[in-house]
Amino acid sequence: MLEALHALLLPKLLTARARARSKERGRAARTVVLAVIGVIFWAFAFGVLQRLLAYFRGVPEIGPLLAGKLLGLILVAFFSILLLSNVITALSSYFLARDLDLLASAPTDWLAFYSAKLIETCVNSSWMVVLMAVPMLTAYGTVYDGGGAFIGLAILSFLPFLIIPAALGTATTLVLVNAFPARRTRDILSIIAVIAAAGIVVLFRLVRPEKLARPEGFRSLVDFIAILRTPTSPLLPSEWVGRSVMGWLTDSLDLLPLYLLWSTAAASVVLGALLHRWLYARGFTKAQESSQQWAREGWFGRTVRTVLSPLGVVRRELVLKETRVFFRDTTQWSQLILLAVLVVVYVFNIKFLPLTGEGITFFIVNLVPFLNLALAGFVLASVAARFIFPGVSLEGRTWWLLRASPLPIRELLWSKFWVGMAPLLVLALAIVGVTNSLLQVSAFMFVVSVFTIVLLTFALAGLAIGFGTLYPRFETENAAQIPTSFGGLLYMMSAVGVIGAVIVLEARPVYSYLAAISFRGGESPPTAELVIGFGLAAAVCLTATFWPIRIAVRRLEALER
Amino acid sequence: MIQLRSLTKRYGSFTAVDGVDLDVPRGELFGFLGPNGAGKTTTLRMIAGILRPTSGSVRIADIDLLANPMAAKQRLGFIPDRPFIYEKLTGTEFLRFVAGLYGQSGADVERRGRELLALFDLEEWRDEIVESYSHGMRQKLIISSAFVHKPEVIVVDEPMVGLDPKAARTLKDLFREYTRRGNTIMMSTHTLEVAQSMCDRIAIIQRGVIRACGTMDELRSSAEAGVTGLEDIFLRLTGEGLARELVEVLDA
Repeated sequence: MLEALHALLLPKLLTARARARSKERGRAARTVVLAVIGVIFWAFAFGVLQRLLAYFRGVPEIGPLLAGKLLGLILVAFFSILLLSNVITALSSYFLARDLDLLASAPTDWLAFYSAKLIETCVNSSWMVVLMAVPMLTAYGTVYDGGGAFIGLAILSFLPFLIIPAALGTATTLVLVNAFPARRTRDILSIIAVIAAAGIVVLFRLVRPEKLARPEGFRSLVDFIAILRTPTSPLLPSEWVGRSVMGWLTDSLDLLPLYLLWSTAAASVVLGALLHRWLYARGFTKAQESSQQWAREGWFGRTVRTVLSPLGVVRRELVLKETRVFFRDTTQWSQLILLAVLVVVYVFNIKFLPLTGEGITFFIVNLVPFLNLALAGFVLASVAARFIFPGVSLEGRTWWLLRASPLPIRELLWSKFWVGMAPLLVLALAIVGVTNSLLQVSAFMFVVSVFTIVLLTFALAGLAIGFGTLYPRFETENAAQIPTSFGGLLYMMSAVGVIGAVIVLEARPVYSYLAAISFRGGESPPTAELVIGFGLAAAVCLTATFWPIRIAVRRLEALER
Repeated sequence: MIQLRSLTKRYGSFTAVDGVDLDVPRGELFGFLGPNGAGKTTTLRMIAGILRPTSGSVRIADIDLLANPMAAKQRLGFIPDRPFIYEKLTGTEFLRFVAGLYGQSGADVERRGRELLALFDLEEWRDEIVESYSHGMRQKLIISSAFVHKPEVIVVDEPMVGLDPKAARTLKDLFREYTRRGNTIMMSTHTLEVAQSMCDRIAIIQRGVIRACGTMDELRSSAEAGVTGLEDIFLRLTGEGLARELVEVLDA
C-alpha cells in the first residue's frame, strides 16, 4: 500500500520540483518580491500579536484568559477556512483532475488512491493557513516563554487540526457529488463558499467586536471572567488546539485535547476511507455527466443587441461575449457577493465613525472624506483586480481564434476596458455618493470626491488591463485564482501607488482652499494651486489609464501561443 | 492564393520551419503531410497569422500578411487541431461571435449559421452551452465557425480528429464543393488515405524542410521505383523505418 501511495504522490512531487527549478524569465525576481512581501506580512502579524499578548500578559487573572479566547477565535476562523477550502479542493482532486482518467483505468489500490488524494487535498487547502499560523504561534511562544519544545507541541497539535477538516471536507464533497453532477456541485460549492465567507465577515462586523473590548458593558467582573472561562465551542478541534497550546504556555499541560485531536483525526480518516470505498466509484461516474444548460436569445437579448448596435458589429459582439461569459461562470459572478459584502462593511464603518464630540476638529471632519477617497479607491482596486485583471488571461485557450481573425488587439483590450470600467464607475459613484452623504461633506468636497473617483476609476481599470496582459495566467481554469497571482500583487501595489500619488497631489490645494474659506473668511481661494494640484492628479490618472493599455497592446501583438 | 517565401520559424536555437517556399493556387485542396514535430502546425499557424515568422513572407490572396494583417485575415478561416472555444457560449452564440469578429452580422449570418449547424447534426444542440459538447461536437462547431464568414482561404490543422464517420464524410464533401467553387484549402493530416483521395497536390515536410511537393503522380516519380501508395511514398521520403525495431520493442 505504501509503495502504491508513493507512486501516486511521486508525479506531484516531481512537478513541484520541476516548477521550483524552472528557469522561466523573471522567476528569481518574482520569488524575491514574494519572499519580501511574505516576510513583511509575517513581521507585521507577529508584531501586532506580540504587542497585544504582551499587554494581556501584564493583566493579572484575566490576561491568559483573554489570550486563550483570542487564540480560540483565530483557530475557529482557521477551521472554517480549512473546511470550506478542503470541500472545494477535494472536488478538483477527487473528481475533476486531469490525471483521474489515467488513475481510474489503472489497477490502483483504493486505499492508496484515497490517501494520496487526501494528502494532495490537505496540502493544497492548508498551506495558506499554515503560513498564517506560523507568526501567530511564534508570538504566543515568545510572549509566554514556550521554549524550544513548544515548536514540537505546536506541530503535534496543528497536524491533526489540518487532517480533520481535510477528511471531513473530502467526505462532504463525496456525498455532494453523489447527489449532484460534479460540475453543478462545483457551482453550488463556490456559491456556498462565497456566501459563507461573506456571512462570516458581515456577522463579525455587525456585532461590532470593538464593544467587547470594553468590560464596563458587563454587569460585574465575575460575569466577565466567567464568560472568558467558558469554552466557546468545546466540540470543535479548534478549541482542543487552543487548550493544548495555552495549557503548555501556562504550565498546566492537559493531554486530553491532544488525545482528542489525534483520535478524531484518525477516526475521520478511517471513516472517510470507508465512505470513499462505498461511494467513490458511483460518484466518479456521476462526475462525468455534464450539466445541461440552455440559453436561447429572448426579447431581453434582442433588446440588448439593438441597444449596443451603435458600437458596431465587432465591439457589440465582444461586449456581448464578455457579459455572457461572466454571468454564466459561477466562479466569476459569485464574487459579486463578496463585492457586495465589501461595500456593505465599508459603508457600515463610515456610518459608525465618531465624527462629533470632543476633540473632533474642523480639520478632522474634512480629512475623513479625503481619506475616504483613498479607501474607496482601494476598494475599487480590489474589485478591478477581481473582475478586470483576469480578462486577458481568460482568453488564453481561445487566443487562436482572436489572433487568426482580423480583430485589432487594441479593439479587444479597449472593449475589455469599457466592459469592466462602466460598472466599476457606477460602483465608484455609488460608494462615494453614499459615504459623502453619511459624512455630510461640503459641496466643495463633494465635487473633489466625484472628480477624483472618476479619474481613479479610469486609472485603476487601465492598470488592471495592463498588468493583466503583462502577467497573464493563460492555463488556469479558475478565474478566481488569477488575481492572487504575482501579477495581481503587482497590480495592487501599483494601484495603491497611483491612489497615493493622487491623494498627495490633491491634499495640499484642498487643505489651502478649506483653510482659506473657513479660517481666513474673506481670503480668495488659491486658484492656481488648485489647478496645478488637480491638473497633475488628472495627468497621473490619464497616464495610468492609457500607458498600460498601450504597452499591453504591444505585448499582445507580439504574443505567440 | 497562399504564397510562402523562405518562411522560417526559430525557437532559440531550434529551427521549426526552415525556409519553406510554397504556392497554393485558387481552387486547390492542398495536403500538408509530415511526421510529428515536422513543422506542419507551426507553418499553418504562421499562415493563419497566429505566429510571427522569424523571416520570410506569407501572402494570402496576394496580400502580405505581415504588412497588412487585417486585410489578409479577413479572407482567411482557420481550424485548429485542438478545439478550445468559449465554454460558456452556446453554439449559435459562438458562430455569431466569430462572424462578428469578421465584421459580419444579420440575417445572412443567422441563416448560414443554422445551415452549418444542421449540416453537422448540431441543430438540436445549437442553444446549449458548449461546456456540455463532446470533443467531436466542438470540432464540428469550430469547422462551422471557419465557414460562417465565407472566407476565400481555409487553413485546417488535422480536421478529421474526433469526427464520427458521417461527419468526416460530410467534411470531405464540403471541402470538395468549397474548392470546386474557386476557394482554397490547405490542410494538414496524418490520415494518408484522406490526403490521397481528396487533395489535388500534397507537400511532405520533415524537420522544417519541404521534402517533396506535387500531385500523387509527381510524388510517386520522386520516390524510388515500385512505390505506389502515399504511405510508402511518405515513409520512403521521410526515412521513417517502419517496424524496424518492432520485435525488439515488443520483446523488451
